[in-house]
Amino acid sequence: MQVPAPFEYERATSVDHAIALLEQRGDGARVIAGGHSLLPMMKLRLANLEYVVDINDLGDELSYVRRETVDGADVVRIGALTRHRDLLESELLADLFPIFRDAERVIADPVVRNRGTLGGSLCQADPSEDLSAVCSTLDALCVIRGSAGTRVVPMRDFHRGPYETAVADAELLVEVRVPVRPGAGSAYEKVERRAGDWAVVSAGAAVWLDGGTIVDARVGLAAVGPHTTDLPAVGEELRGRAPSEELVARAGALAAAGCEPATDQRGTAEYKRHLADQLTRRALRRAVARALGATH
Amino acid sequence: MQVTMTVNGDEVTREVEPRTLLVHFLRDHLGLTGTHWGCDTSNCGTCVVLVDDEPVKSCTMLAAMAGGHAVRTVEGLERPVGLDPVQQGFVECHGLQCGFCTPGMLMTARALLDREPDPDEATIREAISGQICRCTGYATIVRSIQWAAREEAAERATASEPVGGVR
Repeated sequence: MQVPAPFEYERATSVDHAIALLEQRGDGARVIAGGHSLLPMMKLRLANLEYVVDINDLGDELSYVRRETVDGADVVRIGALTRHRDLLESELLADLFPIFRDAERVIADPVVRNRGTLGGSLCQADPSEDLSAVCSTLDALCVIRGSAGTRVVPMRDFHRGPYETAVADAELLVEVRVPVRPGAGSAYEKVERRAGDWAVVSAGAAVWLDGGTIVDARVGLAAVGPHTTDLPAVGEELRGRAPSEELVARAGALAAAGCEPATDQRGTAEYKRHLADQLTRRALRRAVARALGATH
Repeated sequence: MQVTMTVNGDEVTREVEPRTLLVHFLRDHLGLTGTHWGCDTSNCGTCVVLVDDEPVKSCTMLAAMAGGHAVRTVEGLERPVGLDPVQQGFVECHGLQCGFCTPGMLMTARALLDREPDPDEATIREAISGQICRCTGYATIVRSIQWAAREEAAERATASEPVGGVR
């Protein structure tokens, strides 16, 4: 029987309250949202906490998907407590960033998706986690709040290593912001051993086109090394060029060369490199097709 | 700590350790052993209950987190007279063999039909994709849920007929 070690439990009544509780309790305290990463780790005694702050009542403050102008920038703001199911079902995201719906369809299963949250997924910082790859691909910004105020950290600086993030002990990830730019298309591809499993390898791709030319492109990979990886070299290769099958193949080769997969029970490093190549190609093809079909 | 929630329509209050998982609260504190405890790792789905009408794996939720919410278990499915159509569907279509996965399957089926009364087969398969039937009786489980959907559609048709019947 797997049961967590004893801890104290308290429910936060507001974001400020949650931060105050974390501040009082120091590094033995942790926030729980959906609980589908943290509770299994607590059950296995990989995470031993003295104090758990439940933020599930903070939906009014932390659960939303909306497009707004922030500091003059057109962004989609996603609250950290937004659940997988809401991300899957969001028409706004499906319209602007279909990579979210692609990924959410293959994250865990519908029952788990009823609970798990965007913020929890990013803060778990598992190198195989899909939403981290999605947010890396989209060059998202993470809004982190503490008692001293709010700071904004780009995805590339958010993950410090496996299971480590830029969020300090008495801070809370409150929002993810995804910049909206014209001519966008995005897609996500994942190979898993069975439905709902962690990825053997996943690849996200986003492109921004202007008059048939790639203005910007990004690729993010999951499960290919100690970090959820974004690959700037792929973007550099694609920028300023017209999409073609040959270009897509070069991007795939760069992705395969730029990652560091390890052999484990999900597959050999060689197989994962092959997947990084092929999934990058597939995601890019679909991202380009969507960008060409997009009206915004 | 004290936790209060509604279980199958009744308010219950119990003293629990904060680390008590919802599945053990239901089974050990309330004696509601219809909810099964399986893999303990949120993979198998036999522990699925409804929390505010949404299916949740109760091995991966603290009882404390369910405080103030409405929990529905397989014991709460039966109608005042007779079985819930999803239960009857499993009877009619051989939806269970060993029965271990059945409580979770029934609760997910109930939530699906409440949200989507006429799901196609792909939708049903997706809805139960987080649950494992180790007897591999998925085909009959899908048929059982389809039976329930037809039964409930017929009930709705009957209920909407004018009093005195259609001439």
